[in-house]
Amino acid sequence: MTQAQLAQGNDPLLAVRDVSVVFGGIIALNGVSFDMRHGQILGLIGPNGAGKTTLFNCLSRLYQPSSGDILMEGKSILSRPPHRIAEIGIGRTFQNVALFPNLSVIDNVRVGAHARTSSDIVSDSLRLAWVRRGESDMNKKVHDILGYLDLEDVAHTVVSGLPFGTQKRVELARALAADPKILLLDEPAGGLNHEEVYVLGDLIRKIRDDRKITVLLVEHHMGLVMSIADHVVALNFGRKLAEGTPAQVQADPDVIKAYLGSKDQ
Amino acid sequence: MSAAEEVEVVTEGQAVEAVPKRAMTLGYGTSLVVLAALVLIPLFVKNFIIFQMTMLLIYGLAVLALNILTGGSGQFSLGQSAFYAVGAYTSAILMEHAGMNYALTLPIAGIVCFGFGFLFGQPALRLSGVYLALATFALATAMPQLLKLGYFEHWTGGVQGLVVTKPDAPFGLPLSQDMWLYYFTLVVTIAIYVASVNLLRSRSGRAFMAIRDNEIAASAMGVDVALYKTLAFGVSAGITGVAGGLGAIAVQFVAPDGYTIQLAISLFLGMVVGGVGWLPGSIVGSAFIIFVPNIAEGISKGLSGAVFGVLLFLVIFLVPHGARQVAIVAQQLAAKLKKN
Repeated sequence: MTQAQLAQGNDPLLAVRDVSVVFGGIIALNGVSFDMRHGQILGLIGPNGAGKTTLFNCLSRLYQPSSGDILMEGKSILSRPPHRIAEIGIGRTFQNVALFPNLSVIDNVRVGAHARTSSDIVSDSLRLAWVRRGESDMNKKVHDILGYLDLEDVAHTVVSGLPFGTQKRVELARALAADPKILLLDEPAGGLNHEEVYVLGDLIRKIRDDRKITVLLVEHHMGLVMSIADHVVALNFGRKLAEGTPAQVQADPDVIKAYLGSKDQ
Repeated sequence: MSAAEEVEVVTEGQAVEAVPKRAMTLGYGTSLVVLAALVLIPLFVKNFIIFQMTMLLIYGLAVLALNILTGGSGQFSLGQSAFYAVGAYTSAILMEHAGMNYALTLPIAGIVCFGFGFLFGQPALRLSGVYLALATFALATAMPQLLKLGYFEHWTGGVQGLVVTKPDAPFGLPLSQDMWLYYFTLVVTIAIYVASVNLLRSRSGRAFMAIRDNEIAASAMGVDVALYKTLAFGVSAGITGVAGGLGAIAVQFVAPDGYTIQLAISLFLGMVVGGVGWLPGSIVGSAFIIFVPNIAEGISKGLSGAVFGVLLFLVIFLVPHGARQVAIVAQQLAAKLKKN
């Protein structure tokens, strides 16, 4: 590693600082902290109800933490509304795929580029020269991404008719169109069969390697997390249970207890 | 595009099911035929028919505007008659009280209505689906009464309304007033149609459709949902306002009772018959709301409403996706014939 990379590596890209979320009387997250480093694949695991999705929703600004802070490159994201998250380089996919079902694949990906382009309704209606230039630049990028994720053949197909696995790739393509620095993946393995899960794992790693994108993987599928994550954070009942390399977390007695139960419970 | 691609879209009977943007327009060939018909027919028909064709274009614009709102951004409106009324009165007042040229009043009517629609869109943001339809319904119900208010009577003419002078053809062109107004309306309509197609194909249009399909995902992609929803209302109201202004000039008269909820429902009907989200269908929907009541009356004077109802029922039953469905079937037939 060069000096610059080392220096960058020491500064977390995303820092979750003591985040708590309280719904009514229920504490969904209780003082969770962790850092995400540049280029890392961080797996966030935990049994049902552990607070994974709550944390995910704080990152994508759907929930407001009751206390604590979330810093992206040192700046708090908590004052940003959900639609101003993409522009600072946070992209996401959804648990059960949330595409725009009536749009074609290519239009879904084009919407992904919304945060990286600009226009206004008057210029758009008149198709002014700068609008056309912007569209053609964007189309080039969109086609690159479609090619990268092997979606060129279905580019003009309406997404609602596509197989689930393909829809997941479209969602990834849409997220990539916003040039994210960090990609939040909400249970990407859900609904996929054994083989598809490993293909997906390779793809996530490839995206990280090729595009230098940091990945936060919220996942139930232990096999996937353990095989591709560099770093794992385990939650249970809203608290951080363990953190470390996959091997460390897997061997952690608290984690084993949370997943399997123990004799003295 | 191939017929097969379009068929994928029209499968299940959702109320607002959408069209990918390539299917939103007609092919070049079909466009030219329609355009030629619209340019040539008035040369061979009586003035009354020309007047009806002018109204066809005007209502076509109003249906198009609703199509952008509902087919594009997924928001319902039963309040289009209110925007139409504001446009009509803006044009009429500017022409009759300020002596302004009719052509200049139209962009002003459009801008006023854009503002009105944009503002109305703000509270409407909190509503969706049937609740939004009800809120807009309230707007449509209130508008005729607001126009009758004594407070505005000096400008609006109160219950009496205002008489508008029909413009003559400029530069001494040898055209009747009706003929001139028709061609003027046609130019305005084509310009707005092209701009609307551009809009829906652009980044803004994609943002509208993204919101229609999934608000949370749209927002995660950086789409300002509140802004684009209100913009869609503004654009829709603006176009409806221009249609209203043209309507005022064409019928030479504005009065509160010309812009009741009945008009809003007719426009809604026109959109459904034309095919929700399919812009060229707007003209078909407009033809339906203008001519079918007359046809119904021709069939039975006393029961024209019932006959209209039966005809409407048939259309909804046979072609639930409206004119778009007919166009797609026709395209498939043509493709088959070509093969043989």
